[in-house]
Amino acid sequence: MLNLRRAGRERVRRAPWIVSIYRTDTGKKYAMAISGVVLLLFVLGHMIGNLHVFEGAHGGTFRIDEYGEGLRDLGEPLFPRTMVLWAFLRIPLAAAFLIHIHAALALTRSNRDARETKYQSPRDYLAARYASRTMRWSGVIVLLFLAWHLADLTIGVEAVNPDFVRGSVYHNLVASLSRWPVWILYVAAQVALAFHIWHGAWSLFQSLGISNPRFNRFRRTFAHAFATVVVAGFLAVPVGVALDIVS
Amino acid sequence: MLDARIPSGPINEHWDNHRDSISLVSPANKRRFTIIVVGTGLAGASAAATLGELGYRVKAYTFHDSARRAHSIAAQGGINAAKNYPNDGDSIHRLFYDTVKGGDYRSRESNVYRLAQLSVEIIDQCTAQGVPFAREYGGLLANRSFGGAQVSRTFYARGQTGQQLLLGAYQAMMRQVDRGTVELHTQTEMLDVVVKDGRAVGIVTRDLVSGEIASHPGHAVLLATGGYSNVFYLSTNAMKSNVTAVWRAHRQGALFANPCYTQIHPTCIPASDEFQSKLTLMSESLRNDGRIWVPDRAGDTRLPGDIGESDRDYYLERRYPAFGNLVPRDVASRAAKVEVDRGKGVGPLANGVYLDFEEALRRLGQDTVRERYGNLFDMYHRITGESPYETPMRIYPAMHYTMGGLWVDYNLMTTIPGLYALGEANFSDHGANRLGASALMQGLADGYFVVPYTVGDYLAPQLGEGLVPSNDAAFVETERQVATRTERYLSIGGSRSVDWFHRELGKVLWEYCGMERTADGLRRAISDIDSLKEDFDRDLRVLGTSSTLNQSLEKAGRVDDFLQLARLMCVDALHREESCGGHFRVEHQTDDGEARRDDANFSYVAAWGWANGHEPILHQEPLTFDHVKPAQRSYR
Amino acid sequence: MHLTLRVWRQDGPGVEGRFETYEAAGIHQDMSFLEMLDLVNERLVTAGHEPIAFDHDCREGICGSCGLMIDGRAHGPQGSTATCQLHMREFSDGDTIVIEPWRATSFPIVRDLVVDRGAFDRIIEAGGYIGAPTGSAPEANLTPVPKETSDAAMDAAACIGCGACVAACPNGAGQLFTAAKVAHLNLLPQGQPERWMRVERMVETMEEYFGSCSNHGECEPACPKGISLDNIALMNRDYLLSKIRNRKLGGQR
Repeated sequence: MLNLRRAGRERVRRAPWIVSIYRTDTGKKYAMAISGVVLLLFVLGHMIGNLHVFEGAHGGTFRIDEYGEGLRDLGEPLFPRTMVLWAFLRIPLAAAFLIHIHAALALTRSNRDARETKYQSPRDYLAARYASRTMRWSGVIVLLFLAWHLADLTIGVEAVNPDFVRGSVYHNLVASLSRWPVWILYVAAQVALAFHIWHGAWSLFQSLGISNPRFNRFRRTFAHAFATVVVAGFLAVPVGVALDIVS
Repeated sequence: MLDARIPSGPINEHWDNHRDSISLVSPANKRRFTIIVVGTGLAGASAAATLGELGYRVKAYTFHDSARRAHSIAAQGGINAAKNYPNDGDSIHRLFYDTVKGGDYRSRESNVYRLAQLSVEIIDQCTAQGVPFAREYGGLLANRSFGGAQVSRTFYARGQTGQQLLLGAYQAMMRQVDRGTVELHTQTEMLDVVVKDGRAVGIVTRDLVSGEIASHPGHAVLLATGGYSNVFYLSTNAMKSNVTAVWRAHRQGALFANPCYTQIHPTCIPASDEFQSKLTLMSESLRNDGRIWVPDRAGDTRLPGDIGESDRDYYLERRYPAFGNLVPRDVASRAAKVEVDRGKGVGPLANGVYLDFEEALRRLGQDTVRERYGNLFDMYHRITGESPYETPMRIYPAMHYTMGGLWVDYNLMTTIPGLYALGEANFSDHGANRLGASALMQGLADGYFVVPYTVGDYLAPQLGEGLVPSNDAAFVETERQVATRTERYLSIGGSRSVDWFHRELGKVLWEYCGMERTADGLRRAISDIDSLKEDFDRDLRVLGTSSTLNQSLEKAGRVDDFLQLARLMCVDALHREESCGGHFRVEHQTDDGEARRDDANFSYVAAWGWANGHEPILHQEPLTFDHVKPAQRSYR
Repeated sequence: MHLTLRVWRQDGPGVEGRFETYEAAGIHQDMSFLEMLDLVNERLVTAGHEPIAFDHDCREGICGSCGLMIDGRAHGPQGSTATCQLHMREFSDGDTIVIEPWRATSFPIVRDLVVDRGAFDRIIEAGGYIGAPTGSAPEANLTPVPKETSDAAMDAAACIGCGACVAACPNGAGQLFTAAKVAHLNLLPQGQPERWMRVERMVETMEEYFGSCSNHGECEPACPKGISLDNIALMNRDYLLSKIRNRKLGGQR
C-alpha cells in the first residue's frame, strides 16, 4: 500500500496544550477565526472613529484630533499616557495580525502540499466565490495597504506624507487624500478589505463551529452587512475629501 | 448423498444445541490461527470484524480500492427481522415459514430457522453500530411491509439500507484493522484456492495494480464473494461482480449447488439501447404504493396519461386479488414478461410495464410520497429524464440475485474442509427464490453470528499446527497455474474484446436460461456456450501487459469463468424437470401458468462436482420438510 | 451525437501523463457517461489501442467508485449526480469534453483516470466507527433516538466516499468526507462514548493527508449525495470541544 502521508506530517512531540492545538490545521483555522474577530472589531471601531471627521471643528480643534488624543489618554490618570492604548489595543491588535498572517501562510502551504499536481484543464467553480478564492490576495493587498497607512497617517514617514503634523489627524488625512494616487490607493484597499470581510465574517462561524440550521442563513447576511457597513463607512472619508465635504 | 450435518432435536433448539456441542478455541489460542476472508461485503466484512474481535488473525481481501465499495452497498429496500415491533403477529416461526414457502420448498429448514432466529440479533447489532435505521417520532425503530410479506418486519434506512449496513460492517472491520487484528489487502483479487491433502490451506491472489501474483496461507479460507448474476451480462449487479473466486473453489473440488436458481427482480428500469451496460434496480418497496399496469390493447402507443382507466389492465391486481401488486418477485416478473410478450409493452422499445403512482399521489399527497420514495424517484428521473411524479415509471424484470452457489453444510463449510462460503456466495437459505429484504439478513447472519462460531469447530483440533508455508509445492503449483492462465489471455491475440464475449454470453443465457426455460432451449444454449467458449479461447483480444493495472485482463479471467459457469447453469436447469421459484420450466406449469414443482422427484439440492471439463457429476442432498408442509404456492 | 473527448492518459503512478484527443461518434443521448466511455474503449481495442482505465462498479451512484473531473467539475455538469448516473443528454452534439482524474496528493493516480482513495480508509480506521463488538449489543429499541437526529445522521451517513469533495476543493481538503462520518456517529446516542476520541483522531488523521478548509463551499455542490457544509461546522466544534472537555465526566448528563 502506498504511503500517502504528506511529508513532515507525522505526529510531532508533545507540546503545551494551546500550541498542540495550533499545530493542527483545524487549530490554525480557530486561530484565524478568533484573530479575525479581533480584527473585525478593530476595523469596525476604526470606521466609527473615522466618522468624527464629519463633525468638523469645535472650539478651534477638529473633533477627530480630540478623538485621536483621547485614545492616547485612555486610562489616565490611573495609567501612564498611551499605556492603555499600547497594552489593550495596539499590542493585541499586532498579535492578532501576526497570528492571522502566520496561520494563513501555514495553511496556504498545507493546501499547496495537498495538491502537488494542479488540474491540467480549467476548473469550473460552482460555489467558491471570487471573494473566497482571492482571500490570500485581498489579505496581501490589505497588509501592504496597512504598511502604507501606518507610515502615512500614524507614524508620518517623511517620504510617504511630507505634510504630516503629529496630532493633527484632520489635516494629515486631508493632505494625504488630496493627492489622487493616494486617494485611489485608499479606495482600492477598501474594496480588497470588503472582499476579505465578505468571506471572512461568514467563514469564521464555520471554523468555530457556530452552526444552527435555524439561524445559518443569517450568517451570510451578517457577513455581507458587516462588510458593507464597514467599507461604506471607511469610503465615506475619501469620498468626503473628493466632494470637498472634508477639506 | 451429502450430509449437511444438521443438528438433532427440535428445530428451534438446533442452533443452541449445535453451539453447545461444537469445539471452541480458547481466547489465548485464537491468535495462533490465521483466517483468510475473501470479499468485504456484508458477509465478508462482518465476518472479518467479528473474527478479529474474537482474537483470530484475519487477512481480508478485496479487489476494490476500498472495502466499502462491495456490491452489498447497492441494496435498497431493507432487512427483515422477526422483532414484531409493530405487534402485527410476526414471530421467528412466521419468518421461517415465509422464507421456506417463498423459497418454494427448496431450502434447508434448519438453516432457515437459524436465520430467522438470528435476524433479531442482527438489528440489535447494527443499531448499536450506529446504522441510522428509519425511526418514528417516538424515537423507536420503524418497519414497513416489503415484497409480499403480510407483516411489517422490514427495517430500512431510506432507500440505502444496504449501504448503511455495509458501512456498519466495514467500519467495524476498519476498527479491527486499526487494532491490528485484521490485515486488509485492497486491490487484490483472489484467483485460486490452494488445497493440500484435501484441505483449503490458503489462496493465490493477483495485485491489480502491480500485477504481482502471490500466495497467502491460512488455516481456514472464507469466501464471501457474492453472486453471479453478471453471467447474464445485463443485471443489476455491479460491473465487477463475478464468480471467479467461487468458480475456482468449485474447480478445486467444492460442489456447486443449484446453479440454475437465479432471481429476476421485477422492478428495474428497462434497457434504453443496445449499449446498456447494466440495469438499475428500483426498490421493490415501490410496489407498496405503485400500481402496475399495461394498456389493454397490444401496440397501444398513446401516452400513459391519455389511456383511460377502462383501457388499462392492472394485471397483477386482476390475477392475484389477495396480494395484488405485492406478489413475490418471480410471480411479478413472469407476469410482466407475459404482458410484454403479448405486445403490450410500453416505452420506446416496448420493453416495459407501467408502475403508476397517480393513485398514491392522490391518496398520500406529494410530500408523503416524496418522503417514502424521493430518492428513488430522483434516481429514475436522472436515468430516464422522466419524472415519476408526472408520468408513470416504466419497469421491467432484470437479473438480480443468485440463490445458487457453493454447497455448504450447517457450518457453512463447503465440501473442501477448511473452505467456507458466506452470503450470496453459498447456495444459501433461500431455496429456489429469495424473499425481498432477506439477502442482507442472510449475509449478516452468516458473517456476524454463524461462521465465527462454526469455524472454531474446524480449527480447534488443529491447535499447534503451523501454516503451510507459501513456498510449499501446493502454493508454487497453484501460483504457476494462475500465472499461466493470466498470460494466456494476453497471448491469444484474437480480434474480439472481452466485453463482446460477455455480451454474447448474456444474450444466450437471457434467452434460454432466463425467466423461462425449455429443454430444447437449454440444449441449444449449451451448444451455443460451448462454441462461444471455443471462440473465446481462440479469438479473444486483450491488450497491454500483466504488470500494470489492466482492466480488460481482469475481466478476461472473469468472463472465462462465467462461460464455464453458464454451461453448468444450463445443465442444472435442464436436469431439473420441474418449475420452482426462480427456475421456471415452460414444460412444467399449472393450467393457469404457475410454477409446478415435482416434490416426489426433485425435493433435493443439486450439488455439482467439477469433472475436469467432462460432464459435471451430480450429488444430491435430500430435503425434508417437517415443519412447513410443501404446498402449491398460491397468491390469489 | 458526435463528441470530441480530451482524456488524461497516464501509464502508471508517478509517470508523466498527457491529454489525448478522441472522436466519439454515434453517441446516443440515453447512454450514461460511462457507457459512452465503454463504447470509446471498445473502439480503441478494435483499433489495437489500450482502453482508457477508469474506475466504476455499481453504476447506480452508490458504491462511490466512479469519479471524473468533467469540464472542470467533479462528476460533471449535473448536480447531485455521480459520474455513473450522468447521462449524455446533459451534453450537446459537437461538444468537446475534457476528462481528468481527481487530483490530490493523497489520491495518487494509479493509471489514466483511476486514483487510489485509500487515504479515506485511514480516516475511518482512526475512529469512524462505534465500538460494538458482535454479540454485545443491547436490544435495539432500548435507546430511543429522536427522528430529527436520526434523519440528520442518515443525511450525513449517505456519503459514498467517492472523493468528489477533495477533488472539487481548491485546497484539496477532505473535510466534507470526514465531517460526514463524524456527524453521522457523533449525532447518535450510540456514538457518544467515543465522541471526543473519534473526532480528535479522525481530524488529525485527515490532516495527515489532506488540505485545510477555507469554507469555499465548493465541496457541497460537487457532492453527489448533497452532504451539507453544516457537518463541517459540527466537526470543527466537536474537535475544539474534544480539546477542552473533561472526558472523565462523560458519564454525567
